[in-house]
Amino acid sequence: MSPSVRSSRLPNPLSNPLRLTTFASPVRFHALTGALLPWLWAVCLLLGAAGLYIGFFVAPTDATQGDSYRIIFIHVPAAWMSMLLYLMMAGWAAIGWAFNARLASMLARAIAPTGAMFTFMALWTGALWGKPTWGTWWVWDARLTSELILLFLYFGYMALVAAIDDPRRADQAGALVAIVGAVNVPIIYFSVKWWNTLHQGATISMTAAPKMASTMLTAMLLMTFAFWAYAFAVVFTRTRAIVLERERHTDWVGALVTRRPGEQR
Amino acid sequence: MSRGVFGAIVARDLRLAARRRVDALLPIGFFAVAASMFPFGVGSEPNLLRQLAPGVVWVCALLASLLSVQQLYGGDFADGSLDQMLVGGTSAWTIAVAKAASHWLVTGVPLVAATPLFGLLFGLDAAAIATLALSLLLGTPILALLGGLGAALTLGLRSAGMLLILVVLPLTVPALILGAGAVVAVESSLSPRAHLSLLGALLIFSALLAPPATAAALRIATE
Repeated sequence: MSPSVRSSRLPNPLSNPLRLTTFASPVRFHALTGALLPWLWAVCLLLGAAGLYIGFFVAPTDATQGDSYRIIFIHVPAAWMSMLLYLMMAGWAAIGWAFNARLASMLARAIAPTGAMFTFMALWTGALWGKPTWGTWWVWDARLTSELILLFLYFGYMALVAAIDDPRRADQAGALVAIVGAVNVPIIYFSVKWWNTLHQGATISMTAAPKMASTMLTAMLLMTFAFWAYAFAVVFTRTRAIVLERERHTDWVGALVTRRPGEQR
Repeated sequence: MSRGVFGAIVARDLRLAARRRVDALLPIGFFAVAASMFPFGVGSEPNLLRQLAPGVVWVCALLASLLSVQQLYGGDFADGSLDQMLVGGTSAWTIAVAKAASHWLVTGVPLVAATPLFGLLFGLDAAAIATLALSLLLGTPILALLGGLGAALTLGLRSAGMLLILVVLPLTVPALILGAGAVVAVESSLSPRAHLSLLGALLIFSALLAPPATAAALRIATE
């Protein structure tokens, strides 16, 4: 830690000129995200409430699927998030490994459970949607199957990282697994797709959906941004915990813990 | 130099396998017992067994390969010879390729050789058995390469075996699909060439990318 951190007063994150690496410092990251968290939760709740209201009360009933289609407003954003977060996780893990940026590795580790949660949510809501629409909870459709394998990739990453006690080795090994997984995801997707066309006739195509009403699109986008805000909030909270745990021997964490309530941040 | 080291590592591993014959035969024993369990579970109806055969043989080969691969670096890591090799200037890449090759020779080749027997047990015809053996011939090196990566990643960890399987199994899905798919294609009187070509492409892809990843994992684990 830099000497300026030794004092019990924490530095203002914006006092220095901003650079790309400004918030790679755990101290500044901790201060910045602490200030951001309430806003992120507010955005998440507001957009989520608006998205759910529009999705469940304003958007028109679907001509063929009735009201059961409305789970799309949770299902599709969750599926988007599941894939995006895997790429984010692999990207931050790679940055952390390549540049020895500890905070990037901590961020990657914090993203994994949220990504797995969204993957599971996409699968679960998909099953709930499939039952009334297709008449079955699960089909071995290319998309469903790849999403399931994505969940297993998250599990593999989390299990490996948790099994290694040395944080440095855990970060690097996790980065390697995340990158290998990211390289393999397209191969897995196309092989599953091919396998699926060989084994069974086409199931209901989700890509050929009729043009979407604009209120539906609005609701879906609102939900997507709500999930984004949620992901940021949860990932930041988890990263803050990891930061405190790993930096527990430093003075600034000591100062943070012994700070009297009501004192300035 | 590096070819000499490659040969030396493979020869040493083969000699070790020859000295511990029962250890070396365990994967094929596991394969035989595991594949024989399926008829007890699903019934002895010949058509059903014939349909299940490619998948059962492939999944059992996959598990036999991954269960045996976890000790690939274990012995060398425990007695320090892995560190010595890395410190002594042997490229981690060479070690990774040599270890995967020796694992394939010890485990993969016997699995391929045993395939016809299991094809007969499950009632496959000659063409399907030949395709199954060919698909395993192309597929088992992929399993050895991916398994080597998993073994390097989980080197010296608690419950490394389960961890390796959890990490590596999802990555083997394409090989499983293509390998078992080739046999299914033959059985529905289609040409298996598309499957086998893609499996070959996957083997080349794995042979190019798995060794550097394994080398990186070895450096991470021994740092």
